[in-house]
Amino acid sequence: MSVQAWTFVMVGISFALYIGVAIWSRASSTGEFYIAGAGVPPVVNGMATAADWMSAASFISMAGLISFMGRDGSVYLMGWTGGYVLLALLLAPYLRKFGKYTVPDFVGDRYYSRTARIVAVICAIFVSFTYVAGQMRGVGIVFSRFLNVDITLGVVIGMGIVFFYAVLGGMKGITYTQVAQYCVLIFAYLVPAIFISLLMTGNIIPQLGFGGELADGSGEFLLDKLNGLSQELGFDAYTDGRKATIDVFFITAALMLGTAGLPHVIVRFYTVPRVSAARSSAGWALLFIAILYTTAPAVAAFARTNLLNTVSDTEYTEVPGWFKNWETTGLIKFDDKNGDGNIQYRGAHSQVENELTIDRDIMVLANPEIAKLPNWVVGLVAAGGLAAALSTAAGLLLVISTSIAHDLLKRELVQDISERGELIAARIAAGVAVCIAGYFGIDPPGFVGQVVAFAFGLAAASFFPAIIMGIFWKRMNNIGAVSGMIVGISFTAGYIIFFKFITPELNVPAHWLFGISPEGIGTLGMVLNFLVSVPVSLLTAPPPPNVQELVDNIRSPQDAGPPHELSV
Amino acid sequence: MTGNDNNRAYWKKNLQYLGILLAVWFIVSYGCAILFVDFLDKIKIGGFGLGFWFAQQGSIYIFVALIFIYVFLMNRLDKHHSTSNREEEE
Repeated sequence: MSVQAWTFVMVGISFALYIGVAIWSRASSTGEFYIAGAGVPPVVNGMATAADWMSAASFISMAGLISFMGRDGSVYLMGWTGGYVLLALLLAPYLRKFGKYTVPDFVGDRYYSRTARIVAVICAIFVSFTYVAGQMRGVGIVFSRFLNVDITLGVVIGMGIVFFYAVLGGMKGITYTQVAQYCVLIFAYLVPAIFISLLMTGNIIPQLGFGGELADGSGEFLLDKLNGLSQELGFDAYTDGRKATIDVFFITAALMLGTAGLPHVIVRFYTVPRVSAARSSAGWALLFIAILYTTAPAVAAFARTNLLNTVSDTEYTEVPGWFKNWETTGLIKFDDKNGDGNIQYRGAHSQVENELTIDRDIMVLANPEIAKLPNWVVGLVAAGGLAAALSTAAGLLLVISTSIAHDLLKRELVQDISERGELIAARIAAGVAVCIAGYFGIDPPGFVGQVVAFAFGLAAASFFPAIIMGIFWKRMNNIGAVSGMIVGISFTAGYIIFFKFITPELNVPAHWLFGISPEGIGTLGMVLNFLVSVPVSLLTAPPPPNVQELVDNIRSPQDAGPPHELSV
Repeated sequence: MTGNDNNRAYWKKNLQYLGILLAVWFIVSYGCAILFVDFLDKIKIGGFGLGFWFAQQGSIYIFVALIFIYVFLMNRLDKHHSTSNREEEE
C-alpha cells in the first residue's frame, strides 16, 4: 500500500476513535463542561494533560529545531518540562484547594479586584488564540503533505472534528479524547524512533542509542560521528553550544515560568478530585511528557546524521523520493549555485557556498522516509501529528469558551444567567472560537509563529508572579499585584515588539539588553514584576482579613470539597 | 497543640521540602546543564559528554523524580497532620 493509502487508514481509524470517545463522554452540566465534574483520576488526568500540553510544535517542530540547534536545543527540552516541577510544587495543589474554575477566578478573588480579573481574562484569551492558530496550521500542513488535500480543506476537516468533541463534550469529552490522542501520538513518535535507533546503533531504546556506538562496526560513537560530519561541512560541532550562556539561561527560565503560567495547563488541575491528586497528576503528566521529550533529542541527532549522510554532495538527479516530495511543498529548496549538478549542503564556516535550505518543521515528518522505514510508519506519524495538534487545540478552545462564558458573562456581564444559559453560551463561544482559529489557520498572519513563542514570556512576566505571591505571601495586595503585572507585561511586550516588529534589523546579540534575546526577556520581565509588586504592596494597605483567611485556607491540607459553586 | 500551631508546623515543613527540592531543580537544570555544561562535558559517559547529557536527558529524568518525591513527602505529611488533628478533637 502507498504512503497516501496508509495515511488515510491511520488518520481515519484515529478520528473514528476520537469521535466514539467523545460521544461516550459528553457533558451535561457546567461543572462537567468546565472541569469534568472534578472526577478525573490523576493518571488519566496526567495523560490528558500531556496530550493537551504537547502541541504540533512539540510533535512536529521540536526535534527538527533541536537537530539544527545542537546542544542549545536544550532550552526547549528543559524549558517545556522544568515548568511542571514549579506547577506541582508551587501552584497546582493550592489552586485545586482554592477550588474555582479558572485562573482569572483566582486572580480576581485573591486580589479582590475586577481590574485584576479582567486583565487576567484578556491575557488568557490572547495567549490561547495565538496558540490555537498555530495548531490549526499544523493540521493544514499534515493534510496537504500526506493526503494531498488542499490546506484550506484540511483545516476545515480539523475544525469540524475539534468542534464536534469540544462543543459537545466540554472538558469531560476533551479529557477522555485526549487520553486516546496521547496514546496515538506517543505510539506514532516512538515507533519510528525505535526503528531508526535499531538501524543506526543496534540499540532498541533511542535514549541509550543516542549515546551509543554506531551499528556499522566502526566502533565510533554516534555523537562523535555527527560532530565530525558537521565540522567537515562547515557547521558547528553538534554537542557544542552556540548561544551565549546568559541567553540560554534566560530563555530556559522564560519557557519554564511561562509553562507554569499558561491557563490551559493550570485549568487541568481543577479537574482532579483531591489536593493530593493535583500533585500526583502533575507528576504523571510530566512522566508522560518526558517519554516524548527524552526521545526527541535522540530523534534529532539521528535525523541530522541521516540528513548529512544522505543529501550532502549527492547528485541532484539521484536524490531519494522524499526529497522531491518535500521540494514540491516548498519546504526544501535547492539552488545549484555553482552549476555542478551536486547538492552542496554547507555551514557558515565552509569555503563552499551552501545550496540547500531545509525547513526545520519537516524533520520529524520526513524522518521515517529518510530512514527508509515502511509506509505504514509514515502514515502513523501523520496521524500522530494530527493527534498532537487537535488535542492542544481542543484544550485551548475550552479555555477561550470558559473565559467568555464564565469569567466575562457570568461573573461580569449577566450575573443572573442560568446554568443552562451559561452552558449554551459556553458552547456558542467554543463554536465561534473554532471558526476564528480556523480562519487564522488557513490565512495565518505572518507573525503567528513568533507570537506563540512569546506567549510564554508574557505569561511568565504577568501571571506567574501574581499567582505565586498570592499563595506564598499574604501581604501581597491588589495594588501591588496589578502594578506588577502591568510593569512586567509592558516591559516584556515592549522589548519583543521593538526587536521583532519595529526594528527587526537590530535584533542581534550586540543590541540586546545584557545579551538577552527577545525569547528570554520574559524572565527579566518577571524579575521586574517582583521588584515592583513587593515594595508597592508594602507601601499600601494590607489585604482585608477575609483574603488573608482565604490564603490560610488554601495552604492548609484539609481536603477541598467539590469545586462547584453552581448547582448542577 | 492547637489547630493553628498545627497548620503553622505543616506549612513550615512544606516550605522546607520546597526549598530542598527546588534547590536540586535549580542545580541540575541551570547549574549542570547551563552554567557548568562545558566543564562537565569533559567527563564522558559512553558517547555523551556529562553536561550535554544533563542538558538533553538527565535534567528531565530528575524533574520527574522530584515531583514524585514531593508527592510522597506531602502525602506522608498530610497523613501525619490529619492524625494530630484528630487527637486534638478527642
